[in-house]
Amino acid sequence: MSAICSQSAIDAKALRADFPILASQVYGKPLVYFDNAATTQKPKVVIEAISRAYETCNANVHRGVHYLSQQATQAHEEAREVVRDFIHAASSDEIIFTRGTTESINLVAFSFGEAFCQAGDEILISGMEHHSNIVPWQMLCERKGLTLRVIPFDENGNLLLDEYAALLGSKVKLVALTQVSNVLGTINPVAEMIRMAHAQQIPVLVDGAQAAAHISVDVQALDADFYAFSAHKLYGPTGLGVLYGKRALLEAMPPYQGGGEMIDQVHYSHTTYNVLPYKFEAGTPDFIGTTAFTTALRYVQNIGMDKIARYEDELLQYATEKMQAIEGLRIIGTSAHKSAVVSFVIDGIHPYDLGLLLDKLGIAIRTGHHCAQPLLESMGYEVCARASFAFYNTTDEIDALVAALLRIQKMFK
Amino acid sequence: METINQIQDEIIDEFSVLDDWMDKYQLLIDMGNDLPALDEAFKKPQYLIEGCQSRVWVVADYDKASNIVTFRAESDTVIVKGLVFLLLKVLSGRTPDEILNADLYFIDEIGLKEHLSPTRSNGLFSMVKQILDYARVFKTM
Ligand SMILES: Cc1ncc(COP(=O)(O)O)c(C=O)c1O
Repeated sequence: MSAICSQSAIDAKALRADFPILASQVYGKPLVYFDNAATTQKPKVVIEAISRAYETCNANVHRGVHYLSQQATQAHEEAREVVRDFIHAASSDEIIFTRGTTESINLVAFSFGEAFCQAGDEILISGMEHHSNIVPWQMLCERKGLTLRVIPFDENGNLLLDEYAALLGSKVKLVALTQVSNVLGTINPVAEMIRMAHAQQIPVLVDGAQAAAHISVDVQALDADFYAFSAHKLYGPTGLGVLYGKRALLEAMPPYQGGGEMIDQVHYSHTTYNVLPYKFEAGTPDFIGTTAFTTALRYVQNIGMDKIARYEDELLQYATEKMQAIEGLRIIGTSAHKSAVVSFVIDGIHPYDLGLLLDKLGIAIRTGHHCAQPLLESMGYEVCARASFAFYNTTDEIDALVAALLRIQKMFK
Repeated sequence: METINQIQDEIIDEFSVLDDWMDKYQLLIDMGNDLPALDEAFKKPQYLIEGCQSRVWVVADYDKASNIVTFRAESDTVIVKGLVFLLLKVLSGRTPDEILNADLYFIDEIGLKEHLSPTRSNGLFSMVKQILDYARVFKTM
Protein backbone atom coordinates (compact mmCIF):
# COMPACT_ATOMS: atom_id res chain seq x y z
CA MET A 1 0.00 0.00 0.00
CA SER A 2 2.73 2.45 0.88
CA ALA A 3 4.36 1.40 -2.39
CA ILE A 4 1.28 2.54 -4.21
CA CYS A 5 1.23 5.88 -2.46
CA SER A 6 4.85 6.58 -3.13
CA GLN A 7 4.54 6.03 -6.88
CA SER A 8 2.74 9.28 -7.42
CA ALA A 9 3.93 12.53 -6.03
CA ILE A 10 0.69 13.21 -4.18
CA ASP A 11 0.62 13.03 -0.45
CA ALA A 12 -3.10 12.50 0.03
CA LYS A 13 -2.80 12.20 3.78
CA ALA A 14 -1.25 15.65 3.97
CA LEU A 15 -3.68 17.19 1.49
CA ARG A 16 -6.63 15.87 3.50
CA ALA A 17 -5.76 18.38 6.18
CA ASP A 18 -6.78 21.12 3.73
CA PHE A 19 -10.37 19.83 3.74
CA PRO A 20 -12.08 20.49 7.09
CA ILE A 21 -15.05 18.21 6.38
CA LEU A 22 -12.82 15.18 5.90
CA ALA A 23 -12.09 15.18 9.62
CA SER A 24 -15.77 14.64 10.47
CA GLN A 25 -17.32 11.61 12.01
CA VAL A 26 -20.67 10.21 10.98
CA TYR A 27 -22.52 7.87 13.34
CA GLY A 28 -19.34 7.83 15.40
CA LYS A 29 -17.23 6.58 12.48
CA PRO A 30 -14.61 8.55 10.55
CA LEU A 31 -16.13 9.84 7.33
CA VAL A 32 -15.06 8.07 4.15
CA TYR A 33 -16.27 10.27 1.33
CA PHE A 34 -16.60 8.32 -1.91
CA ASP A 35 -19.26 10.43 -3.60
CA ASN A 36 -16.93 12.79 -5.39
CA ALA A 37 -18.62 12.40 -8.75
CA ALA A 38 -21.73 13.96 -7.21
CA THR A 39 -19.83 16.82 -5.65
CA THR A 40 -16.35 17.33 -4.28
CA GLN A 41 -15.42 18.67 -0.86
CA LYS A 42 -13.93 22.15 -0.55
CA PRO A 43 -10.49 23.04 0.70
CA LYS A 44 -10.32 25.54 3.50
CA VAL A 45 -8.85 28.18 1.19
CA VAL A 46 -12.01 28.08 -0.93
CA ILE A 47 -14.30 28.29 2.08
CA GLU A 48 -12.25 31.22 3.33
CA ALA A 49 -12.26 32.87 -0.09
CA ILE A 50 -16.07 32.98 0.06
CA SER A 51 -16.06 34.74 3.44
CA ARG A 52 -13.24 37.00 2.37
CA ALA A 53 -15.09 38.05 -0.77
CA TYR A 54 -18.15 38.98 1.31
CA GLU A 55 -15.98 40.71 3.85
CA THR A 56 -13.82 42.71 1.47
CA CYS A 57 -15.30 43.10 -1.99
CA ASN A 58 -19.04 42.57 -1.98
CA ALA A 59 -20.64 44.94 -4.46
CA ASN A 60 -22.48 44.34 -7.70
CA VAL A 61 -20.24 43.95 -10.68
CA HIS A 62 -20.00 45.86 -13.96
CA ARG A 63 -22.19 48.72 -12.81
CA GLY A 64 -20.71 50.77 -10.04
CA VAL A 65 -18.23 53.58 -10.32
CA HIS A 66 -17.47 53.10 -6.67
CA TYR A 67 -14.42 51.43 -5.26
CA LEU A 68 -16.04 48.20 -4.03
CA SER A 69 -17.79 47.56 -7.30
CA GLN A 70 -14.51 48.05 -9.13
CA GLN A 71 -12.85 45.56 -6.81
CA ALA A 72 -15.64 43.00 -7.22
CA THR A 73 -15.65 43.40 -11.00
CA GLN A 74 -11.91 42.96 -11.13
CA ALA A 75 -12.07 39.76 -9.07
CA HIS A 76 -14.93 38.42 -11.18
CA GLU A 77 -13.16 39.12 -14.46
CA GLU A 78 -9.93 37.70 -13.10
CA ALA A 79 -11.84 34.47 -12.44
CA ARG A 80 -12.83 34.39 -16.09
CA GLU A 81 -9.18 34.65 -17.03
CA VAL A 82 -8.22 31.88 -14.57
CA VAL A 83 -10.91 29.62 -16.04
CA ARG A 84 -9.70 30.44 -19.55
CA ASP A 85 -6.21 29.45 -18.57
CA PHE A 86 -7.44 26.29 -16.81
CA ILE A 87 -9.14 24.92 -19.93
CA HIS A 88 -6.69 26.58 -22.34
CA ALA A 89 -9.27 28.60 -24.22
CA ALA A 90 -8.11 31.23 -26.69
CA SER A 91 -10.01 34.15 -25.19
CA SER A 92 -11.82 34.91 -21.97
CA ASP A 93 -14.69 36.26 -24.12
CA GLU A 94 -15.41 32.61 -24.80
CA ILE A 95 -15.91 31.82 -21.11
CA ILE A 96 -19.52 32.18 -20.00
CA PHE A 97 -20.45 31.79 -16.37
CA THR A 98 -23.61 29.78 -15.73
CA ARG A 99 -25.23 28.01 -12.79
CA GLY A 100 -23.64 24.70 -13.70
CA THR A 101 -23.13 22.12 -16.41
CA THR A 102 -26.88 21.70 -16.69
CA GLU A 103 -27.49 25.35 -17.42
CA SER A 104 -24.54 25.46 -19.81
CA ILE A 105 -26.05 22.65 -21.86
CA ASN A 106 -29.52 24.15 -21.74
CA LEU A 107 -28.08 27.42 -23.00
CA VAL A 108 -26.56 25.72 -26.03
CA ALA A 109 -29.65 23.59 -26.64
CA PHE A 110 -31.73 26.76 -26.74
CA SER A 111 -29.50 29.29 -28.46
CA PHE A 112 -27.70 26.97 -30.86
CA GLY A 113 -31.06 25.36 -31.57
CA GLU A 114 -32.59 28.73 -32.43
CA ALA A 115 -29.72 29.71 -34.68
CA PHE A 116 -28.92 26.50 -36.48
CA CYS A 117 -31.62 23.83 -36.18
CA GLN A 118 -34.70 23.11 -38.21
CA ALA A 119 -37.37 20.42 -38.40
CA GLY A 120 -35.89 17.22 -39.75
CA ASP A 121 -32.40 17.87 -38.35
CA GLU A 122 -30.73 15.52 -35.90
CA ILE A 123 -28.84 15.85 -32.64
CA LEU A 124 -26.44 13.04 -31.84
CA ILE A 125 -25.67 12.09 -28.25
CA SER A 126 -23.97 9.05 -26.74
CA GLY A 127 -25.66 6.23 -24.89
CA MET A 128 -23.85 7.11 -21.69
CA GLU A 129 -25.11 10.64 -21.10
CA HIS A 130 -26.27 12.17 -17.84
CA HIS A 131 -29.90 13.35 -17.94
CA SER A 132 -28.49 16.88 -18.20
CA ASN A 133 -27.09 16.03 -21.61
CA ILE A 134 -30.23 14.23 -22.76
CA VAL A 135 -33.28 16.18 -21.68
CA PRO A 136 -32.27 19.63 -23.02
CA TRP A 137 -31.82 18.02 -26.44
CA GLN A 138 -35.14 16.21 -26.18
CA MET A 139 -36.73 19.56 -25.41
CA LEU A 140 -35.06 21.09 -28.46
CA CYS A 141 -36.26 18.15 -30.54
CA GLU A 142 -39.81 18.70 -29.35
CA ARG A 143 -39.64 22.44 -29.82
CA LYS A 144 -38.34 22.36 -33.37
CA GLY A 145 -39.15 18.90 -34.70
CA LEU A 146 -35.67 17.36 -34.58
CA THR A 147 -34.72 13.75 -33.98
CA LEU A 148 -32.37 12.57 -31.23
CA ARG A 149 -29.96 9.79 -32.18
CA VAL A 150 -27.81 7.79 -29.81
CA ILE A 151 -24.29 6.36 -30.23
CA PRO A 152 -24.23 2.83 -28.76
CA PHE A 153 -21.45 1.37 -26.60
CA ASP A 154 -20.13 -2.11 -25.93
CA GLU A 155 -20.39 -4.21 -22.75
CA ASN A 156 -17.20 -2.69 -21.33
CA GLY A 157 -18.50 0.80 -21.78
CA ASN A 158 -16.61 1.87 -24.90
CA LEU A 159 -18.48 3.87 -27.52
CA LEU A 160 -18.70 2.11 -30.88
CA LEU A 161 -16.85 4.44 -33.20
CA ASP A 162 -17.92 2.63 -36.38
CA GLU A 163 -21.54 3.13 -35.42
CA TYR A 164 -20.70 6.73 -34.58
CA ALA A 165 -19.18 7.30 -38.01
CA ALA A 166 -22.30 5.85 -39.61
CA LEU A 167 -24.54 8.11 -37.54
CA LEU A 168 -22.66 11.27 -38.55
CA GLY A 169 -25.00 11.96 -41.43
CA SER A 170 -25.83 15.18 -43.20
CA LYS A 171 -28.84 15.87 -40.98
CA VAL A 172 -26.79 15.97 -37.78
CA LYS A 173 -26.48 19.55 -36.52
CA LEU A 174 -24.59 18.89 -33.31
CA VAL A 175 -22.93 16.08 -31.38
CA ALA A 176 -23.25 16.29 -27.58
CA LEU A 177 -20.94 13.96 -25.79
CA THR A 178 -19.68 13.37 -22.29
CA GLN A 179 -15.91 13.29 -21.87
CA VAL A 180 -16.15 11.03 -18.82
CA SER A 181 -19.19 8.91 -17.98
CA ASN A 182 -20.49 9.54 -14.45
CA VAL A 183 -21.54 5.88 -14.17
CA LEU A 184 -19.13 3.83 -16.25
CA GLY A 185 -16.15 6.06 -15.69
CA THR A 186 -15.20 5.67 -19.34
CA ILE A 187 -12.96 8.43 -20.69
CA ASN A 188 -14.30 8.80 -24.19
CA PRO A 189 -11.94 9.51 -27.11
CA VAL A 190 -13.43 12.95 -27.55
CA ALA A 191 -10.52 14.40 -29.54
CA GLU A 192 -10.88 11.70 -32.16
CA MET A 193 -14.67 11.93 -32.11
CA ILE A 194 -14.51 15.69 -32.58
CA ARG A 195 -12.17 15.21 -35.55
CA MET A 196 -14.65 12.79 -37.08
CA ALA A 197 -17.53 15.22 -36.58
CA HIS A 198 -15.56 18.17 -37.91
CA ALA A 199 -14.74 16.20 -41.05
CA GLN A 200 -18.50 16.51 -41.70
CA GLN A 201 -18.62 20.15 -40.50
CA ILE A 202 -20.58 19.13 -37.41
CA PRO A 203 -19.82 20.99 -34.17
CA VAL A 204 -19.43 19.12 -30.88
CA LEU A 205 -20.44 19.98 -27.33
CA VAL A 206 -18.41 18.20 -24.67
CA ASP A 207 -19.96 17.62 -21.24
CA GLY A 208 -16.91 17.99 -19.03
CA ALA A 209 -18.72 17.72 -15.68
CA GLN A 210 -16.87 14.53 -14.72
CA ALA A 211 -13.66 15.33 -16.53
CA ALA A 212 -12.56 18.81 -15.53
CA ALA A 213 -11.60 17.86 -11.97
CA HIS A 214 -9.74 14.72 -12.92
CA ILE A 215 -7.83 15.18 -16.17
CA SER A 216 -6.29 18.27 -17.66
CA VAL A 217 -8.50 19.90 -20.22
CA ASP A 218 -7.37 21.76 -23.33
CA VAL A 219 -10.37 22.88 -25.34
CA GLN A 220 -8.19 24.07 -28.20
CA ALA A 221 -6.25 20.83 -28.44
CA LEU A 222 -9.56 18.95 -28.36
CA ASP A 223 -10.96 21.48 -30.81
CA ALA A 224 -14.24 21.32 -28.84
CA ASP A 225 -16.88 23.77 -30.02
CA PHE A 226 -18.54 23.88 -26.61
CA TYR A 227 -17.29 22.63 -23.26
CA ALA A 228 -19.46 22.59 -20.12
CA PHE A 229 -18.53 21.95 -16.50
CA SER A 230 -19.53 22.72 -12.91
CA ALA A 231 -17.46 24.44 -10.21
CA HIS A 232 -18.87 22.27 -7.41
CA LYS A 233 -17.39 19.11 -8.90
CA LEU A 234 -14.04 20.87 -9.11
CA TYR A 235 -13.50 21.80 -5.45
CA GLY A 236 -15.26 25.11 -6.03
CA PRO A 237 -18.55 26.58 -4.82
CA THR A 238 -22.00 25.26 -5.74
CA GLY A 239 -24.29 27.07 -8.12
CA LEU A 240 -21.59 28.07 -10.56
CA GLY A 241 -20.71 26.58 -13.91
CA VAL A 242 -18.87 27.35 -17.09
CA LEU A 243 -19.72 27.20 -20.73
CA TYR A 244 -16.85 27.53 -23.15
CA GLY A 245 -17.89 28.21 -26.71
CA LYS A 246 -15.98 29.12 -29.84
CA ARG A 247 -16.39 32.79 -30.56
CA ALA A 248 -17.83 32.41 -34.06
CA LEU A 249 -20.57 30.09 -32.83
CA LEU A 250 -21.39 32.19 -29.79
CA GLU A 251 -21.56 35.31 -31.95
CA ALA A 252 -24.03 33.62 -34.26
CA MET A 253 -26.32 32.46 -31.45
CA PRO A 254 -29.13 34.58 -29.96
CA PRO A 255 -29.15 35.22 -26.19
CA TYR A 256 -30.56 32.56 -23.88
CA GLN A 257 -32.14 34.71 -21.19
CA GLY A 258 -32.96 38.39 -21.17
CA GLY A 259 -32.32 40.89 -18.42
CA GLY A 260 -29.65 43.13 -17.02
CA GLU A 261 -25.98 42.68 -17.94
CA MET A 262 -26.74 41.06 -21.30
CA ILE A 263 -27.94 44.23 -22.97
CA ASP A 264 -26.32 47.11 -24.78
CA GLN A 265 -29.28 49.51 -25.24
CA VAL A 266 -32.85 48.92 -24.13
CA HIS A 267 -35.72 50.85 -25.69
CA TYR A 268 -39.35 49.84 -25.93
CA SER A 269 -39.00 49.84 -29.69
CA HIS A 270 -35.89 47.69 -29.76
CA THR A 271 -33.04 46.35 -27.63
CA THR A 272 -29.47 45.63 -28.62
CA TYR A 273 -27.37 43.05 -26.89
CA ASN A 274 -24.08 43.23 -25.14
CA VAL A 275 -20.91 41.70 -26.53
CA LEU A 276 -19.50 38.30 -25.56
CA PRO A 277 -19.48 36.89 -22.98
CA TYR A 278 -22.06 39.18 -21.36
CA LYS A 279 -24.66 38.51 -24.04
CA PHE A 280 -25.20 35.13 -22.38
CA GLU A 281 -25.02 36.29 -18.77
CA ALA A 282 -28.37 37.83 -17.91
CA GLY A 283 -28.74 39.16 -14.39
CA THR A 284 -26.28 39.58 -11.54
CA PRO A 285 -23.70 36.84 -11.84
CA ASP A 286 -22.44 34.80 -8.89
CA PHE A 287 -19.41 37.03 -8.47
CA ILE A 288 -18.68 35.70 -5.00
CA GLY A 289 -18.70 32.19 -6.44
CA THR A 290 -16.45 33.08 -9.35
CA THR A 291 -13.99 34.71 -6.99
CA ALA A 292 -13.87 31.59 -4.80
CA PHE A 293 -13.60 29.42 -7.91
CA THR A 294 -10.38 31.23 -8.77
CA THR A 295 -9.00 29.97 -5.48
CA ALA A 296 -10.20 26.42 -6.17
CA LEU A 297 -8.61 26.33 -9.63
CA ARG A 298 -5.33 27.71 -8.31
CA TYR A 299 -5.44 25.14 -5.54
CA VAL A 300 -5.68 22.18 -7.92
CA GLN A 301 -3.26 23.72 -10.41
CA ASN A 302 -0.81 24.05 -7.60
CA ILE A 303 -1.05 20.31 -6.95
CA GLY A 304 -1.00 19.67 -10.71
CA MET A 305 -3.73 18.12 -12.79
CA ASP A 306 -1.42 15.48 -14.18
CA LYS A 307 -0.38 14.38 -10.72
CA ILE A 308 -4.01 14.28 -9.66
CA ALA A 309 -4.90 12.14 -12.68
CA ARG A 310 -2.03 9.75 -11.99
CA TYR A 311 -2.81 9.37 -8.30
CA GLU A 312 -6.54 8.89 -8.91
CA ASP A 313 -5.71 6.24 -11.48
CA GLU A 314 -3.70 4.39 -8.83
CA LEU A 315 -6.71 4.56 -6.54
CA LEU A 316 -8.89 3.24 -9.36
CA GLN A 317 -6.57 0.31 -10.08
CA TYR A 318 -6.32 -0.52 -6.38
CA ALA A 319 -10.10 -0.33 -5.83
CA THR A 320 -10.85 -2.32 -8.97
CA GLU A 321 -8.53 -5.11 -7.96
CA LYS A 322 -9.80 -5.29 -4.36
CA MET A 323 -13.45 -5.00 -5.25
CA GLN A 324 -13.28 -7.51 -8.07
CA ALA A 325 -12.05 -10.06 -5.57
CA ILE A 326 -15.35 -9.84 -3.67
CA GLU A 327 -17.55 -12.78 -4.57
CA GLY A 328 -20.75 -11.77 -6.30
CA LEU A 329 -19.60 -8.21 -6.96
CA ARG A 330 -19.84 -6.99 -10.53
CA ILE A 331 -18.25 -3.77 -11.71
CA ILE A 332 -20.30 -1.85 -14.24
CA GLY A 333 -17.96 -0.13 -16.66
CA THR A 334 -14.72 -1.91 -17.45
CA SER A 335 -13.19 0.21 -20.16
CA ALA A 336 -9.40 0.33 -20.33
CA HIS A 337 -9.70 4.14 -20.28
CA LYS A 338 -11.41 5.00 -17.04
CA SER A 339 -11.63 7.81 -14.57
CA ALA A 340 -11.75 6.98 -10.83
CA VAL A 341 -15.36 5.84 -10.73
CA VAL A 342 -16.41 2.32 -9.72
CA SER A 343 -20.07 1.50 -10.22
CA PHE A 344 -21.10 -1.92 -9.03
CA VAL A 345 -23.79 -4.30 -7.89
CA ILE A 346 -23.55 -7.20 -5.46
CA ASP A 347 -25.64 -10.32 -5.97
CA GLY A 348 -28.53 -10.55 -3.54
CA ILE A 349 -28.14 -7.06 -2.08
CA HIS A 350 -30.19 -4.15 -3.32
CA PRO A 351 -27.98 -1.07 -3.86
CA TYR A 352 -30.30 0.93 -1.62
CA ASP A 353 -29.65 -1.45 1.27
CA LEU A 354 -25.96 -1.39 0.50
CA GLY A 355 -25.80 2.41 0.53
CA LEU A 356 -27.76 2.58 3.75
CA LEU A 357 -25.53 0.14 5.60
CA LEU A 358 -22.31 1.66 4.27
CA ASP A 359 -23.59 5.01 5.50
CA LYS A 360 -23.97 3.61 9.00
CA LEU A 361 -20.33 2.55 8.76
CA GLY A 362 -19.35 6.09 7.84
CA ILE A 363 -18.89 5.45 4.12
CA ALA A 364 -20.67 7.79 1.71
CA ILE A 365 -21.34 6.34 -1.74
CA ARG A 366 -24.07 7.03 -4.26
CA THR A 367 -26.85 4.60 -5.02
CA GLY A 368 -29.69 4.87 -7.50
CA HIS A 369 -29.86 5.54 -11.20
CA HIS A 370 -27.22 8.32 -11.09
CA CYS A 371 -29.28 10.53 -13.40
CA ALA A 372 -28.47 8.14 -16.22
CA GLN A 373 -31.55 5.93 -16.48
CA PRO A 374 -31.23 5.14 -20.21
CA LEU A 375 -27.60 4.07 -19.69
CA LEU A 376 -28.37 1.65 -16.85
CA GLU A 377 -31.48 0.34 -18.58
CA SER A 378 -29.48 -0.45 -21.68
CA MET A 379 -27.13 -2.54 -19.52
CA GLY A 380 -29.99 -4.36 -17.82
CA TYR A 381 -29.90 -2.54 -14.47
CA GLU A 382 -32.31 -0.18 -12.78
CA VAL A 383 -30.03 1.04 -10.05
CA CYS A 384 -26.48 0.47 -8.88
CA ALA A 385 -23.97 1.63 -6.30
CA ARG A 386 -21.08 3.92 -7.15
CA ALA A 387 -17.87 4.81 -5.37
CA SER A 388 -16.05 7.76 -6.92
CA PHE A 389 -12.67 8.99 -5.80
CA ALA A 390 -10.78 12.25 -5.48
CA PHE A 391 -7.11 12.96 -4.78
CA TYR A 392 -7.79 13.26 -1.05
CA ASN A 393 -8.94 9.64 -0.86
CA THR A 394 -6.55 6.94 0.21
CA THR A 395 -6.02 3.22 -0.24
CA ASP A 396 -6.77 2.87 3.49
CA GLU A 397 -10.24 4.20 2.78
CA ILE A 398 -10.66 1.73 -0.06
CA ASP A 399 -9.65 -1.03 2.34
CA ALA A 400 -12.34 0.24 4.72
CA LEU A 401 -14.91 0.08 1.90
CA VAL A 402 -13.92 -3.47 0.99
CA ALA A 403 -14.07 -4.58 4.63
CA ALA A 404 -17.49 -2.96 4.98
CA LEU A 405 -18.79 -4.66 1.84
CA LEU A 406 -17.65 -8.05 3.14
CA ARG A 407 -19.28 -7.37 6.49
CA ILE A 408 -22.55 -6.31 4.86
CA GLN A 409 -22.50 -9.36 2.62
CA LYS A 410 -22.47 -11.56 5.74
CA MET A 411 -25.57 -9.78 7.07
CA PHE A 412 -27.57 -10.97 4.08
CA LYS A 413 -26.38 -14.58 4.19
CA MET B 1 -55.70 -8.94 21.05
CA GLU B 2 -52.93 -6.53 21.87
CA THR B 3 -53.43 -2.84 21.19
CA ILE B 4 -51.46 -0.94 18.59
CA ASN B 5 -49.44 0.67 21.35
CA GLN B 6 -48.68 -2.62 23.07
CA ILE B 7 -47.23 -3.93 19.83
CA GLN B 8 -45.25 -0.73 19.32
CA ASP B 9 -43.82 -1.05 22.83
CA GLU B 10 -42.79 -4.64 22.17
CA ILE B 11 -40.96 -3.56 19.03
CA ILE B 12 -39.25 -0.78 20.94
CA ASP B 13 -38.13 -3.28 23.60
CA GLU B 14 -36.80 -5.63 20.96
CA PHE B 15 -34.70 -2.89 19.35
CA SER B 16 -33.68 -1.07 22.50
CA VAL B 17 -31.33 -3.87 23.61
CA LEU B 18 -29.30 -3.26 20.43
CA ASP B 19 -26.86 -0.37 20.74
CA ASP B 20 -25.06 -0.79 17.49
CA TRP B 21 -26.57 0.41 14.23
CA MET B 22 -25.43 -2.68 12.43
CA ASP B 23 -27.24 -4.91 14.96
CA LYS B 24 -30.43 -2.93 14.52
CA TYR B 25 -30.15 -3.30 10.78
CA GLN B 26 -29.38 -6.99 11.11
CA LEU B 27 -32.66 -7.39 12.98
CA LEU B 28 -34.44 -5.37 10.30
CA ILE B 29 -32.90 -7.52 7.57
CA ASP B 30 -34.02 -10.67 9.37
CA MET B 31 -37.53 -9.25 9.64
CA GLY B 32 -37.42 -8.29 5.98
CA ASN B 33 -36.54 -11.86 5.09
CA ASP B 34 -39.50 -13.04 7.21
CA LEU B 35 -42.00 -10.86 5.38
CA PRO B 36 -44.19 -13.21 3.33
CA ALA B 37 -43.76 -12.69 -0.40
CA LEU B 38 -46.57 -10.89 -2.13
CA ASP B 39 -48.25 -12.88 -4.89
CA GLU B 40 -46.76 -11.83 -8.24
CA ALA B 41 -50.31 -11.09 -9.39
CA PHE B 42 -50.28 -8.04 -7.10
CA LYS B 43 -47.02 -6.63 -8.39
CA LYS B 44 -48.91 -4.36 -10.71
CA PRO B 45 -48.89 -0.61 -11.22
CA GLN B 46 -52.10 -0.09 -9.24
CA TYR B 47 -50.47 -1.51 -6.09
CA LEU B 48 -47.07 0.02 -6.68
CA ILE B 49 -45.64 2.91 -4.73
CA GLU B 50 -42.62 4.06 -6.65
CA GLY B 51 -39.75 5.48 -4.67
CA CYS B 52 -36.83 6.70 -6.68
CA GLN B 53 -34.50 4.14 -5.08
CA SER B 54 -36.85 1.31 -4.17
CA ARG B 55 -40.41 0.18 -4.64
CA VAL B 56 -43.21 -0.91 -2.37
CA TRP B 57 -46.39 -2.74 -3.30
CA VAL B 58 -49.38 -2.55 -0.94
CA VAL B 59 -52.62 -4.51 -1.12
CA ALA B 60 -55.50 -3.78 1.27
CA ASP B 61 -58.47 -6.04 2.05
CA TYR B 62 -61.45 -4.99 4.10
CA ASP B 63 -63.82 -7.38 5.83
CA LYS B 64 -66.97 -5.45 6.46
CA ALA B 65 -68.52 -7.97 8.82
CA SER B 66 -65.62 -7.78 11.27
CA ASN B 67 -64.65 -4.20 10.28
CA ILE B 68 -61.03 -5.32 9.90
CA VAL B 69 -58.48 -4.08 7.36
CA THR B 70 -55.70 -6.46 6.37
CA PHE B 71 -52.63 -5.28 4.51
CA ARG B 72 -50.13 -7.24 2.50
CA ALA B 73 -47.05 -5.55 1.15
CA GLU B 74 -43.60 -6.13 -0.22
CA SER B 75 -40.58 -4.19 -1.40
CA ASP B 76 -37.62 -4.88 -3.64
CA THR B 77 -35.15 -4.01 -0.89
CA VAL B 78 -34.73 -6.13 2.23
CA ILE B 79 -34.37 -3.21 4.63
CA VAL B 80 -37.54 -1.58 3.35
CA LYS B 81 -39.19 -5.01 3.64
CA GLY B 82 -38.11 -5.08 7.27
CA LEU B 83 -39.74 -1.72 7.87
CA VAL B 84 -42.84 -2.87 5.99
CA PHE B 85 -42.90 -5.94 8.24
CA LEU B 86 -42.97 -3.69 11.29
CA LEU B 87 -45.60 -1.35 9.87
CA LEU B 88 -47.88 -4.26 9.01
CA LYS B 89 -47.36 -5.81 12.40
CA VAL B 90 -48.65 -2.59 13.92
CA LEU B 91 -51.34 -1.59 11.43
CA SER B 92 -52.65 -4.73 9.74
CA GLY B 93 -55.66 -6.52 11.23
CA ARG B 94 -57.08 -3.33 12.72
CA THR B 95 -60.28 -1.36 12.29
CA PRO B 96 -60.21 1.74 10.08
CA ASP B 97 -60.61 3.89 13.18
CA GLU B 98 -57.69 2.27 14.95
CA ILE B 99 -55.51 2.85 11.90
CA LEU B 100 -56.59 6.46 11.50
CA ASN B 101 -56.02 7.23 15.16
CA ALA B 102 -52.70 5.42 15.44
CA ASP B 103 -49.75 7.44 16.63
CA LEU B 104 -46.74 5.72 15.06
CA TYR B 105 -44.15 6.56 17.66
CA PHE B 106 -42.17 3.32 17.45
CA ILE B 107 -40.29 4.32 14.29
CA ASP B 108 -38.91 7.35 16.03
CA GLU B 109 -38.14 5.46 19.23
CA ILE B 110 -36.10 2.77 17.53
CA GLY B 111 -34.11 5.41 15.67
CA LEU B 112 -35.41 4.67 12.20
CA LYS B 113 -37.45 7.82 11.69
CA GLU B 114 -35.29 8.94 8.77
CA HIS B 115 -36.75 6.09 6.70
CA LEU B 116 -40.21 7.56 6.92
CA SER B 117 -39.27 11.08 5.92
CA PRO B 118 -40.72 12.37 2.66
CA THR B 119 -37.22 13.08 1.38
CA ARG B 120 -36.16 9.43 1.68
CA SER B 121 -36.85 8.09 -1.73
CA ASN B 122 -37.82 4.61 -0.60
CA GLY B 123 -41.60 4.73 -0.92
CA LEU B 124 -42.30 4.21 2.81
CA PHE B 125 -43.63 7.69 3.46
CA SER B 126 -46.10 7.23 0.61
CA MET B 127 -46.92 3.76 1.88
CA VAL B 128 -48.06 5.09 5.24
CA LYS B 129 -50.09 7.76 3.50
CA GLN B 130 -51.63 5.11 1.30
CA ILE B 131 -52.52 2.95 4.32
CA LEU B 132 -54.30 5.92 5.89
CA ASP B 133 -56.11 6.65 2.62
CA TYR B 134 -57.34 3.06 2.48
CA ALA B 135 -58.54 3.26 6.08
CA ARG B 136 -60.39 6.49 5.32
CA VAL B 137 -62.16 4.91 2.36
CA PHE B 138 -63.02 1.70 4.23
CA LYS B 139 -64.43 3.72 7.09
CA THR B 140 -67.13 5.11 4.81
CA MET B 141 -68.06 1.70 3.42
C1 LIG C 1 -21.69 13.78 -16.75
C2 LIG C 1 -22.50 14.82 -16.03
N1 LIG C 1 -23.10 15.79 -16.74
C3 LIG C 1 -23.81 16.75 -16.15
C4 LIG C 1 -23.98 16.79 -14.79
C5 LIG C 1 -24.81 17.87 -14.19
O1 LIG C 1 -24.06 18.73 -13.43
P1 LIG C 1 -24.74 19.88 -12.56
O2 LIG C 1 -25.81 19.20 -11.75
O3 LIG C 1 -23.64 20.43 -11.74
O4 LIG C 1 -25.33 20.88 -13.51
C6 LIG C 1 -23.39 15.81 -14.01
C7 LIG C 1 -23.58 15.82 -12.54
O5 LIG C 1 -23.72 14.82 -11.89
C8 LIG C 1 -22.64 14.80 -14.65
O6 LIG C 1 -22.06 13.82 -13.94
